[in-house]
Amino acid sequence: MTMFARLRFARLKPQDRPIVIASGFILAILIAGTGYTLATYGNAPLFSPSYLLQQLQIGSFFGIAAAGMMLVILLGHIDLSIPWTLTAAAMVATAVGGQMAIPAALGVGLCVGLLNGFGVAYLRIPSMIFTLGVDTVLRGLMVAQTGGFAPQDAATPLMLTLAKSRLLGVPVALFVWAAVSVVIVLLLTRTTFGRSLYGIGTSERAAYLSGIRTRRVIVGAFVLSSLCAAIAGVLLTGYSAKAYQGMGNAYLLPAIAAVVLGGTNILGGRGRYAGTLVGVILIVLLNSVLSIMQMPEAFRQIIYGTVIIGMLLVYGRGDRVTS
Amino acid sequence: MQRWIRHNRGFAGALAMFALLYITYNSLHPRGFSTAVLVQNANESVAIGFVAMAQTVPVLMGGLDLSVGAVMTLTSCVASALESGTPLQIAFGIFATLAAGTLFGLMNGVIVVYGRIQPIIATLATGAIAIGLALLIRPMPGGDVDGDLGWALTNTIWDFADTYGLAQGGNAPWLQPFINIPVPLILLFGIALAVWLPFKRTITGRSIYAVGSAEGAAYMSGLPINRAKIAAFTLAGFFASCAGLYLAIQTSSGNADAVQAGAYTLNSIAAVVLGGTSLAGGTGGVIASLVGALILRVISFYFRILDIDPLLQPLIEGLVLLGAVSLGAFRTLRVTNRLDLFR
Repeated sequence: MTMFARLRFARLKPQDRPIVIASGFILAILIAGTGYTLATYGNAPLFSPSYLLQQLQIGSFFGIAAAGMMLVILLGHIDLSIPWTLTAAAMVATAVGGQMAIPAALGVGLCVGLLNGFGVAYLRIPSMIFTLGVDTVLRGLMVAQTGGFAPQDAATPLMLTLAKSRLLGVPVALFVWAAVSVVIVLLLTRTTFGRSLYGIGTSERAAYLSGIRTRRVIVGAFVLSSLCAAIAGVLLTGYSAKAYQGMGNAYLLPAIAAVVLGGTNILGGRGRYAGTLVGVILIVLLNSVLSIMQMPEAFRQIIYGTVIIGMLLVYGRGDRVTS
Repeated sequence: MQRWIRHNRGFAGALAMFALLYITYNSLHPRGFSTAVLVQNANESVAIGFVAMAQTVPVLMGGLDLSVGAVMTLTSCVASALESGTPLQIAFGIFATLAAGTLFGLMNGVIVVYGRIQPIIATLATGAIAIGLALLIRPMPGGDVDGDLGWALTNTIWDFADTYGLAQGGNAPWLQPFINIPVPLILLFGIALAVWLPFKRTITGRSIYAVGSAEGAAYMSGLPINRAKIAAFTLAGFFASCAGLYLAIQTSSGNADAVQAGAYTLNSIAAVVLGGTSLAGGTGGVIASLVGALILRVISFYFRILDIDPLLQPLIEGLVLLGAVSLGAFRTLRVTNRLDLFR
């Protein structure tokens, strides 16, 4: 590293470092993947816009779930109920069908979010365990409702359109993701609600003493997280044309990983939405490069874990306790 | 006694709840209060019991170990490959299995302490690595575990003595008072008491509690906080490998099942909370979580004897879990200064 580069690197604001480094890593993944495809197949699909758009289309479901998760993590809490909130919203939507399908899914998200928020903010149960309990209850409800099978109802035309069709050559799902992202960025940077999230994540006591109604803010964050999960459920149902058992299971841990890789502190109080976006793209592209390489599941898991540890060793290290 | 209850409210509550649930269960069971039922129940409780104990130690120091289920899976795959052959080979297999889990825990601890990465996210990542390694060892479920060992460890003491021809094939007079005790219970409580109680009284053990209560204060008092953290994760790895070893012996196979690993991890957190250990760290204990795990298990036993629609079982399990952890909300009624609610 030259002197100049080192100076530039040092001058990066601490909150920008994760975003810049993660972006660099995304480029490295793309280049490594392209090197592999050039050597084995003689073409470079990773840099073709249509391939990237297709990957991002699949990533958009995951990105929306991660956006909601980020709000809760900023508070210093966590939402483990995302998998079955997503699934429950999807199953209710397909069961209701017609015009009311999507409002019904959002209604499920709203109810779950209110319940989560009530348990965490008012009953003061640790979010880790309360949302886990809610997740189990939702799974139980859905098993009792569907008999443990994938429901026969199909996704409505509107859901298919949102998830699968393209507008001006760009998948509609990306527009949904962009809309959710804009709302979250505006919330975080332009509203008192957003500032309160950071305040509570740093110290709920101080936030309370400075007049923030911390419990309502916590409920609000959990509602938004569940709503995001519900939207992701609607899109995923549209993409696979139906709802099925366990459709949300693959979204929980990668969502947490994406948020943290984007530089959000898992203990709350620090983090930017741009980071979460970069984290999501990183995980989506890492997955797609590993599938192109036809990596067996075993090595995939090992690489996945090593990348998270490695990236955090570069920029996610905490402070040493000294007092 | 009263003083003990006041100081261990959560643990005492969990013990009472378990006693009530288990006695009721046996009364309702057509063959209740029999050795056969006890042996079966004990067998099904060992793995979750060990995993709950594993989870407790990092929780006590204010962390969380999301890799315990994965380490259990990894070690059960290791055991399924090594637990056969001559007695010497079997002994080596047991040692290697426990060493693998303990080393994995040590790695977690080193990453958390020297890498200064939050435990929850570091163990999330190492959990993925453990599942990957388990898949490498056992791409397909299967394995070969010594049949005698499996029989001896999953039945009563008499069967154990009978299998290995100890104490006159289990008929020695001095053994008679104990012959109906299931071996899995002895393993579970024996390892818990033999490892945890002495460890808790060491400086390192005390430091785990101190770090959980106030890390800054522990540091300023000169306690070995790095050693305590590494020890906490190492111990978690050891207990998780006990679970994996037993699971492999019990099922005579290993299975690199990521879903099962995740379920065990999440259940371990639930067991820790049910046992009265605070997720914020500093109070609670390994034995309490063991009781928490037993409560979780007994609840699922009820479905066998009560005529409940199987489709409703996950819902009822979830509601019981949610209800049990919501009992912690009574704490908020005792708070006199509202600021104590917000930490």
